[in-house]
Amino acid sequence: MTIRLSGGLKRVSQLKPTTERWSTRIGVILAVTGSAVGLGNFLRFPGQAAQNGGGLFMIPYLVAFLIVGIPLAWSEWSLGRHGGTRGHNSAPGIFRGVLRKPKGAYVGMLGTVMPVLIYTYYVIVEALCLYYAWHYLTGTLMGFGDDVSAVGEFFAQSLGLTDHGALFAPGQGQFLGFVALCFFINFFLIYRGLSRGIERFCAFAMPLLVICAFIVLGRVLTLQPLPDTPDQNLLAGLGFMWNPAQEDGSIWRTLSDVDIWLAATGQIFFSLSVGFGLILTYSSYLKKDDDVALSSLTSVSGNGFCEVVLGGMIALPAAFIFLGPVFLSDPDNIGTFSLGFVTLPNVFNQMPGGAFFGFLFFFLLFLAAVTSSLSMLQPSIALLEEGLGITRKPSVAILGFITLMGTLFIAYFSAGATALDTVDFWMANFFIFIFATLQTLVFGWVIGPKRGYEELSAGAEIRVPRAIMFVIRYISPLFLITVFVLWCKNSLPGRWEAIMNPPPGEPPVVLMSLGFILIVITFFAFVIAGANQRWKDPATEERS
Amino acid sequence: MTIAGWIVMIVAIGGMTGLLLWCVYKVLSTPGSEEHLHSPLDIDTKDKE
Repeated sequence: MTIRLSGGLKRVSQLKPTTERWSTRIGVILAVTGSAVGLGNFLRFPGQAAQNGGGLFMIPYLVAFLIVGIPLAWSEWSLGRHGGTRGHNSAPGIFRGVLRKPKGAYVGMLGTVMPVLIYTYYVIVEALCLYYAWHYLTGTLMGFGDDVSAVGEFFAQSLGLTDHGALFAPGQGQFLGFVALCFFINFFLIYRGLSRGIERFCAFAMPLLVICAFIVLGRVLTLQPLPDTPDQNLLAGLGFMWNPAQEDGSIWRTLSDVDIWLAATGQIFFSLSVGFGLILTYSSYLKKDDDVALSSLTSVSGNGFCEVVLGGMIALPAAFIFLGPVFLSDPDNIGTFSLGFVTLPNVFNQMPGGAFFGFLFFFLLFLAAVTSSLSMLQPSIALLEEGLGITRKPSVAILGFITLMGTLFIAYFSAGATALDTVDFWMANFFIFIFATLQTLVFGWVIGPKRGYEELSAGAEIRVPRAIMFVIRYISPLFLITVFVLWCKNSLPGRWEAIMNPPPGEPPVVLMSLGFILIVITFFAFVIAGANQRWKDPATEERS
Repeated sequence: MTIAGWIVMIVAIGGMTGLLLWCVYKVLSTPGSEEHLHSPLDIDTKDKE
């Protein structure tokens, strides 16, 4: 019996035996929910929650999930399929088609620039997962035992956080080799058109990650406090994660902090992979009668489950028991990177079977990261094909050169992860808000409530509530704009200070990172200019 | 763990689990759903050479 994930000949399912139809549908569920599982669920979410009010973080998180996450996922899938039926597969092409103006293509430019630039550092994090899996296999990480600082030093040394160019120093090239390996794997798969193959493989690997996470969760929920620290027990650990933290005794004062709302919305964008053009491109290849409503909702709910149930119950409670509240009260110890690559290894190191679970956890996270990084490459490949009139392989070669330059830049200027942080801030925080807002505005106001609802409902396997168009038209953009404006007021002065006043005696890495971002934006602007010339051809416009 | 913490945990976990189970039920109970549902990387981009 074979398991097909999706697609294939029409009406075939009607001829299949019942058991095979069920196995096919389970395969679909695994593929759709598995596609959403990634680093954001297990590493980023618990850190964000702990840094932003504990259980109170769940209020902005659930609000953002309902009024931004689900509406934006539905908008993006529908907008992409709408553009695809008019012959466009890139975000600029889709926006040009919807806005009916050549300049509209530039509105969609962020939908190709963001995935490319996020890829340049995401591949480094992906390599770090593989690197940790390898070092659990060889016993290096387990060798640190309960020495917390040793794991921290290993992490800092791996990423070269102490000095610029540290990764390129003689004898320090092991991690860089893993980055090169991951870069090669991604481009080999995308060059050979094997992304569907890896997705099918991951449809089985991702459930394994979830099973592994459940085993670790079971272990965490049965942990006994260490004899020296009886107060650091499971209930106290769960309380550290879920109790609504109240600054100055006021819930409202905590909730009035705009940073919490930005963190929650950013987490929704990051983990649901919405708002930066990936879904827009992939859904453009769907047929008119393909479902987008249930597909996206299943993906979003699978992601939410992994994030809240598994991500929220494992890392912080376990870290509380083994490392204590003092260790976790330091924000540096519960950031995305430090929680995943310093705190969690310390937990595995103190668990029975820790070497096996550590290897399995980081290897499966690596696989989850591969599916995400592969999907980041397709939006710009689609634009290069449309804009330059070239085929897939030359597009992949051009993209490979651009991303290689970016990854080498970020790997070289590694002190304090300054280059990585700068690109991440502007792409995954700043521009993602702008592009997500543009998408909701275009879907809600340009396509409009009537056509938008028809587009979303076409081929839908569930009945979508009509009120969703009111949410997409008014509530989502208003929420996004309000949070964004308030956050800019709070955060941009500090960023401006970092640009204008680099640390004395060091290269202006922040300014150089912005320069690299500008170069990539300029390049894609030229590609869009070329695409606009090609799109004038009515034959090209009508392709479907 | 305070009572408020228990409430937040149960609501968050229950809500996400309930939504996922409802989606799984819809996929399993809808005839032909396997032909119309897609995950991003499983979609044929039609530009393979």
